[in-house]
Amino acid sequence: MDTLVDILLLAFIAICAIAILRLRDLFAVAMMFGMFSLIAAGLFTTMHAPDVAFTEAAVGAGIATILILVTLGQTARREKSQAGRNVLLPLLVVWITGATLIYGTADLPVFGDPQAPAHTHVAPYYIENTQEHIGIPNMVAAVLASYRAYDTLGEVVVVFAAVIGVITLLGLRRRPAGVESRPRDLEKHQVLKVIAKMIIPVILLFGLYVQFHGEYSPGGGFQAGVIFAAGIILYALVFGLEPARQVIPPRVLGALPALGVLIFGGTGVLNQLLGGNFLDYSVLAGNPQTAQQMGIIMIEVGVGVTVGSVMLLIYFIFAERALGRRKDDGEVGR
Amino acid sequence: MSLFAHYNYHLAIILAMIGFYTMISRSNLVKKVIGLNVFQVSVFILFISIGVHEDGTVPILREGYHMYSNPLPHVLILTAIVVGIAMTAVALALVVRIREEYGTVEEDQVQAQDEEPGAT
Repeated sequence: MDTLVDILLLAFIAICAIAILRLRDLFAVAMMFGMFSLIAAGLFTTMHAPDVAFTEAAVGAGIATILILVTLGQTARREKSQAGRNVLLPLLVVWITGATLIYGTADLPVFGDPQAPAHTHVAPYYIENTQEHIGIPNMVAAVLASYRAYDTLGEVVVVFAAVIGVITLLGLRRRPAGVESRPRDLEKHQVLKVIAKMIIPVILLFGLYVQFHGEYSPGGGFQAGVIFAAGIILYALVFGLEPARQVIPPRVLGALPALGVLIFGGTGVLNQLLGGNFLDYSVLAGNPQTAQQMGIIMIEVGVGVTVGSVMLLIYFIFAERALGRRKDDGEVGR
Repeated sequence: MSLFAHYNYHLAIILAMIGFYTMISRSNLVKKVIGLNVFQVSVFILFISIGVHEDGTVPILREGYHMYSNPLPHVLILTAIVVGIAMTAVALALVVRIREEYGTVEEDQVQAQDEEPGAT
């Protein structure tokens, strides 16, 4: 049964990918991409990875699709015809690369094989020791926030660097004077407004649950951050950019990505000050398990703050830019 | 059997190649970014497939279960997804800037403008 579901999802995802390649209307491509991500999230669930599925659903189907749509609003709605372009060379390259990779899979262990190298080296260590070392059931959170906290710190800093990059490229607030955010089509729909009002509190509450229950069930800072941001972005889409910007004052929002990294790094430094190693939580409390859990909760909060605020900032920057363009460009994207 | 046993890996490769082809054969920059994302998701599927243990379950400790799938790929991929969207945002920001400077997001037109004599 599992295999059947798996194969069905794989077939759907392949169809979506081909549709993304073939379609010319880029708005349709963006929607197909959202579906593609949602099916990928389903696939991750069947492959025992609910944490990954959460993230993929919120990021791929939510935030990435919206960012692509906002970009399309500022660029072009349709792809130019490809007539006259040489397709033979790309096809050849793709076929050769694909064939080589497929040939390479012949040596790989069978799908799900318990004897595969992936299951016989470091994974048993995490599975056997998480309970004893850390005392939380969710191994993914344990590996993310404790065993491999150093890697996670690096990833949070990359996310932080990305928002710096976007700010450098597009500017925090570059709306020409006198441009007001006028009601868009979406904001006129009463049904959307009523439904959004009902859904948004639930999304935000779920985000908080995922953040603070992440040690016991699928979840954690990364998932919570994107879910929370997706909730506020939905509010911005339905009720307009200005009201959404007032949810978190821009001055505060601008400081939050740095604050999250500071909480994460600060937890590490705190351990050093208490006589331990960087990000080794065992010195935080007398009982090593309690200490680990305290450390994990602290850095998960740091991750959640950075990821959530970065996603929001990026969306606001893109949306502001779109408003600015409307004024000096008239109808964009022919 | 041997063909069937690797179907997840094969599909990941097919998806990767569709994404790759989208990137190298289309000139629209937004479409290229979407192609890159398709490629990225295929890598996620490959990683998570490698972590699957056929007798295992979701890696959350619970009484009565002893076999779990490998949690390590899950950690790698869930952070990779968030880093991936951050990178996508930077790429899309570049596309927006290119559109503002060149008035187009088609790669060949941008190139043609660059090669025009007198272009800076």
